Amino acid sequence: MSADPLLQVSGLRVTIPTAAGPVEAVSGIDLVLAKGETLGIVGESGCGKSITMLAAMGLLPSHIAVSGSAKLAGREILGLPQAELAGLRGKSIAMIFQDPLTALNPVLTVGDHLSEALRLHNRHLSHRAAAERAVELLDIVSIPEPRRRLSQYPHEFSGGMRQRVMIAMAVANDPEVLIADEPTTALDVTVQAQILDVLRRMRERLGLALIIITHDLGIVAGSADRLAVMYAGRVVEEGEAEAVFARPCHPYTQGLLAAVPRIDAARRRLVPIEGAPPSLTARLQGCAFNPRCPHAEAICRSAVPSLEAMGKARVACHLAERLSGSTSQTNKVEAP
Amino acid sequence: MALATTSSPAWRRPTWLTLPVAAGGLIILAWVIVALTVPLWTPYDPVMMAGRRLLPPGAAHWLGTDALGRDVLARTLWGARFSLLIAAAVITAAVAIGAALGAIAGFLGGIIDGAIMRFADVTLSFPPILLAMAVTASLGPGLQNAAVAMIIVWWPVYARLMRAQVLTIKEREHVEAAVACGAPPARVLGRHVLPLCWSPILVNATMDFGQVVLLAASLSFIGLGASPPTPEWGQMISEGANRFYQWWIAFGPGMAILSIVLGFNFLGDGVRDLMDPRTQ
Amino acid sequence: MRRFILRRLVAMPFLVLGIVTAAFLISHATQGDPLISVLGDRQMDNPEVVAAAKARWGLDRPLPEQYLVYVRNLLTGDLGISIRTKQPVTRDLFVRLPATLELVIAAMIIGSGIGIALGVLAARSRDKPFDHFSRLFALIGSSLPVFWSGLILLFIFSVKVHWIPGPGRLDARTTPPDFVTGFYTVDSLIAGDFGKFLEALHHLALPALVLGWAVMGIISRMVRASMLDVLSQDYILAARARGAREGRVLFHHALRNALIPTLTIIGFSFAYLITGAVLTETIFSWPGVGSYAVNAARNLDYPAIMGVTIVGGLAFLITNLVTDIAYAMADPRIDMK
Repeated sequence: MSADPLLQVSGLRVTIPTAAGPVEAVSGIDLVLAKGETLGIVGESGCGKSITMLAAMGLLPSHIAVSGSAKLAGREILGLPQAELAGLRGKSIAMIFQDPLTALNPVLTVGDHLSEALRLHNRHLSHRAAAERAVELLDIVSIPEPRRRLSQYPHEFSGGMRQRVMIAMAVANDPEVLIADEPTTALDVTVQAQILDVLRRMRERLGLALIIITHDLGIVAGSADRLAVMYAGRVVEEGEAEAVFARPCHPYTQGLLAAVPRIDAARRRLVPIEGAPPSLTARLQGCAFNPRCPHAEAICRSAVPSLEAMGKARVACHLAERLSGSTSQTNKVEAP
Repeated sequence: MALATTSSPAWRRPTWLTLPVAAGGLIILAWVIVALTVPLWTPYDPVMMAGRRLLPPGAAHWLGTDALGRDVLARTLWGARFSLLIAAAVITAAVAIGAALGAIAGFLGGIIDGAIMRFADVTLSFPPILLAMAVTASLGPGLQNAAVAMIIVWWPVYARLMRAQVLTIKEREHVEAAVACGAPPARVLGRHVLPLCWSPILVNATMDFGQVVLLAASLSFIGLGASPPTPEWGQMISEGANRFYQWWIAFGPGMAILSIVLGFNFLGDGVRDLMDPRTQ
Repeated sequence: MRRFILRRLVAMPFLVLGIVTAAFLISHATQGDPLISVLGDRQMDNPEVVAAAKARWGLDRPLPEQYLVYVRNLLTGDLGISIRTKQPVTRDLFVRLPATLELVIAAMIIGSGIGIALGVLAARSRDKPFDHFSRLFALIGSSLPVFWSGLILLFIFSVKVHWIPGPGRLDARTTPPDFVTGFYTVDSLIAGDFGKFLEALHHLALPALVLGWAVMGIISRMVRASMLDVLSQDYILAARARGAREGRVLFHHALRNALIPTLTIIGFSFAYLITGAVLTETIFSWPGVGSYAVNAARNLDYPAIMGVTIVGGLAFLITNLVTDIAYAMADPRIDMK
């Protein structure tokens, strides 16, 4: 494995100006993605996981302040002019979105979408050649009767097929990184597995690095190489997926894993995490998780913990070392 | 955990008092005051000769005099009484009639709904000014008949609006509950449905005020509304059109119409912004 | 979509009947003798004319029969004789229609063109000075009485600065081009007379601008609102994520969607323009249907007034139908119900 990471985010900070004053949605995030690797970013709604990736790609509106660093193959992309970023997006780094219905332009056919994805980065590609390639792409993502489908509109497709179209558009130019923002959240459970399968095949076939953003741990179990758990704008635990699943160190991660309903264990009550995530405007001093943490102590209320190495993972918790000795739950969640 | 406190200023601007609302409100208020009080303080009588004829704007006559020697500014300010009065009468009547018919249509449905809506559709099929012209001409020129014509032109707008509102509200659960309790239809309509229907009607009525002023002035301009020597704005502009080179004769009433309609448009625009969920 | 169009077409005859009935009722609301509505005061003394009118319009028969006569006459295109011009109203309207159409179409082009451009720019510079300025510009446009703005602007530009020529569609001494469409601009081009084309355009400019200003306002507000709505949609973000540049996002993706609801406003603007044309033509001595209507109103020329009203109503109906069809064709999501 090469030493240089493909995507490296350091100290990313996103500040949103609101009527009540500036609000920090993301407070200093570090993420690393190696070539061909799959990284799962997990967290509840509002923890800033989508915003982090949008910020890295330069897709946030200009009134939102972004600082820090994001390097793609060693090249700093944060703060690049939009014209240059447009050249990278869809070509080196691609993104698919949560709701494939709203992410597709209702007045354009699927063929138009695919042609655009291709011709934006290949100026000299003729319409006919683009259409041919579009048919190939639809075939790669297993859409039946691809040629007929080219002239159809998004609303004529089912949810799962629309998401496949989005994936086809994303891989059209052979990107190095594919970011999937909640790719299965808007889909039926039966369709979810299919889409994850398509993503897996794309990853194998094209060797791309995948970032899966989700709030659903089951999605990334078994498919992610590494995991980053986010809470209230910060990464609280990250490391190799197996390690994190087997021995979660941060109380939040432990809570997440404990809350997952199990088929293989004896019937027991669901264990939710007490309380709710803090709203963006009410960020506290100290560890953001402390109101909900069963182990919280004085230091947790006054100082923000930083990510420290703990075995094969890194954890942001003042009490991690002390707690790791006592926690011996094994929470291996099976892949779907 | 300390929260910063700001010292509270002497007066906090209420959220609904945005710039368009304030600007519009002030303009309208100013004109209403003028309309109500002008007989008390204007130095010149609007229908009597006040000086030499066709005088350009000057010290004695700020907007000059017209073809009969009357002071243009005085006539302009007096015109507010007619325009505002007509607009108020037309809007009130159109809303009353339209809302009543629309509520009945929406609530009762069926044939009654169909009949009322056909009437409304046919009325709305005519370009408003042509319909108003035709009706006024048939009834005979004059301000009152012009008002009747405008009411006929305007009621379908409110009928449609009210009907749409009633159709939505009557599906709500509290209405079903009232009906299930055995409340008679009139009571259900009056107590449970109607009170929730008024707000878009009021917003629309505010914005339409300006349009009625414009239509009334247009009818007078054509000669179907007010007749001389009434100092009605459209009528005055018609006189001004005949005296092309004495631009001040039309200038006063025109600016008056522009400012009042602008005031209502500002207000309406501002109110619509406030109610738009996207800007909240 | 075919079924949608069919439904609208089926409703048309009823609305047309409604218009005709309404016109009939209105014309019979005239004070006193219904004969006045056909002949005017002066002709009443002439027994022959009176008798002829009674026969033609069935005025000595009971009301329902009169209605049938009325409808029958209308179906044959008989709108009566104008009291003022002594010509059949239908013929009067026919002769004057191209002038009004030329004016209205020019105003529509100017109004929508500038309106759409202003709307897009205002959406892009949301809450910045340009946005506020264009909002003010639009509001003034809808608040101006066209007959007054036409007057003032005509005064400024033709008397004070001499940029605009005098009244009418052409200079007083110029003969109109040979009739092909009735549009002086188009006809001069067809005849190859470029000088006359420019002259016609010169005369058309100010009235079209004055008329277009009102429409510019409502169109730009609608486009702005539509654009802001569309620009907040996910597919815009997705397009940017694919690598589309700002220009392409704005026009190829956003505007195409934003224009769909704008179509209804453009159709609705037609009403504004008819109103404006009625009032503007007199100011500019434009020999169209509008000034005909105003003259008719001033002289209480009832047949002409009713004729214009009926034709106006029909034109309105047709425009609304065309707008609805265009809307259905533009939005692929509207399916057959």
